[in-house]
Amino acid sequence: MNILELISIVNGKVLISNFDSNVEILGGCGADLMSDVLASIEPGAVLLTGLCNPQVIRTALMADVAAVVLVRGKKPPEATITLAQEEGIPLITSPLGMFELCGRLHRAGLPSLEKEVGSHQVCGCE
Amino acid sequence: MTDEEAENISRVEELAYEIKISEVMNASTITLTPDMHMSEVVEIFRKNRISGAPVLSSTGNLVGILSMEDLIRCLIDSDLKASINKYMTTKLITVLNTDPLVEALKKFVATNYGRLLVVDKEQKLAGIITKGDINRGLLSALEYDFQTEEVKKYRASHLFDDIESNRTSLILRYQIKQGDFTHGGQASSNIKRALIRLGASKQIARRCGIAVYEAEMNLIIHTTEGGAMRVEIETNQITIDAYDSGPGIKDVQLALKAGFSTANESVREMGFGAGMGLINISRCVDQMKLDSVYGKGTRLKMRLFLDHDHSNSGLEIDSEERN
Repeated sequence: MNILELISIVNGKVLISNFDSNVEILGGCGADLMSDVLASIEPGAVLLTGLCNPQVIRTALMADVAAVVLVRGKKPPEATITLAQEEGIPLITSPLGMFELCGRLHRAGLPSLEKEVGSHQVCGCE
Repeated sequence: MTDEEAENISRVEELAYEIKISEVMNASTITLTPDMHMSEVVEIFRKNRISGAPVLSSTGNLVGILSMEDLIRCLIDSDLKASINKYMTTKLITVLNTDPLVEALKKFVATNYGRLLVVDKEQKLAGIITKGDINRGLLSALEYDFQTEEVKKYRASHLFDDIESNRTSLILRYQIKQGDFTHGGQASSNIKRALIRLGASKQIARRCGIAVYEAEMNLIIHTTEGGAMRVEIETNQITIDAYDSGPGIKDVQLALKAGFSTANESVREMGFGAGMGLINISRCVDQMKLDSVYGKGTRLKMRLFLDHDHSNSGLEIDSEERN
């Protein structure tokens, strides 16, 4: 799914000024615990989260997240936006809730890029 | 020659193969016709401040080039009434507009001419290229390129190849402040970027990035005075040391259990402290050793093997505590 398509499905507003509009979103992951994200997410996913601090962007960087969507119209602190801008991570805010967002994206054909617990002996980087 | 110059030269050489002649040539060339008088040439050269121009036939075919030298010959003969036909050079040195810059450079070296005629596939004039055009083209490409990641990567990735020793390693050190959530992850971002620049695969950079990020957050969350991270990069392995001077872990075996955490509510609100950090690290690295003395400090050693013989085989989680 192209990132512009994703933005339109989530009624999103992009919070950084320039990002690559050719980015392909390979799947999705929804979590508020960054350790859960780091443990389960596969590369190229959109991360749906209610967490707004800069650690969300750091986590995205470490785990090769393609885009971050903040749920329920959250307005992140300036430090988060600045970091996203610097690192070129598309940061999007959506007025919709987590369940609704996951549902919409899944319906639109976006697969889950969360690994189940126990399915990974090693971190999912292969 | 300084190191910086040496690095730039290799990049210039690369660019000479990447940039096409059509990208730097002057396409809006002033042209002459064979029947024009040499006296007109004097005016054209003076007005346009040029020292040479191609000569095209009435059908637009390239038939010659007239340079300042030809003009001087004519002036010596006091023959300004003659037509261009008489003085133009018909032996033409041309380059193709689709060729890389290096082709033009070769011809400049071989002929010592100041300008070359650029033609297209049909041998029609496409423009003119001078040594100055090449310099400008290379400089602007370098300037643009200089900032980009590619160059940084290009330079860094040669590091290990260029140095000969029995064992070469690059050591990165980072000080991590206790409680500094705003900058938490900065060291890890830098480490991951360094690995990519050094030519590590995406997978290795990701595994290492996740492991050092969890370790960095641990230093921020759990230590009394922060700590340090030391990353030693070698061609066959990456060894990471995250250490602090307190407070140390009371029960190392318990700390290694999934879901166990001593983090407080504010840390949990930040999305951490779920008791998954060390578990995550152990999944990402090939070897891990946790060494802690309660009241003294903790040292977490991690290692990733870069050669395939080792990768993901035999994870060792080793821990000890001394009282």
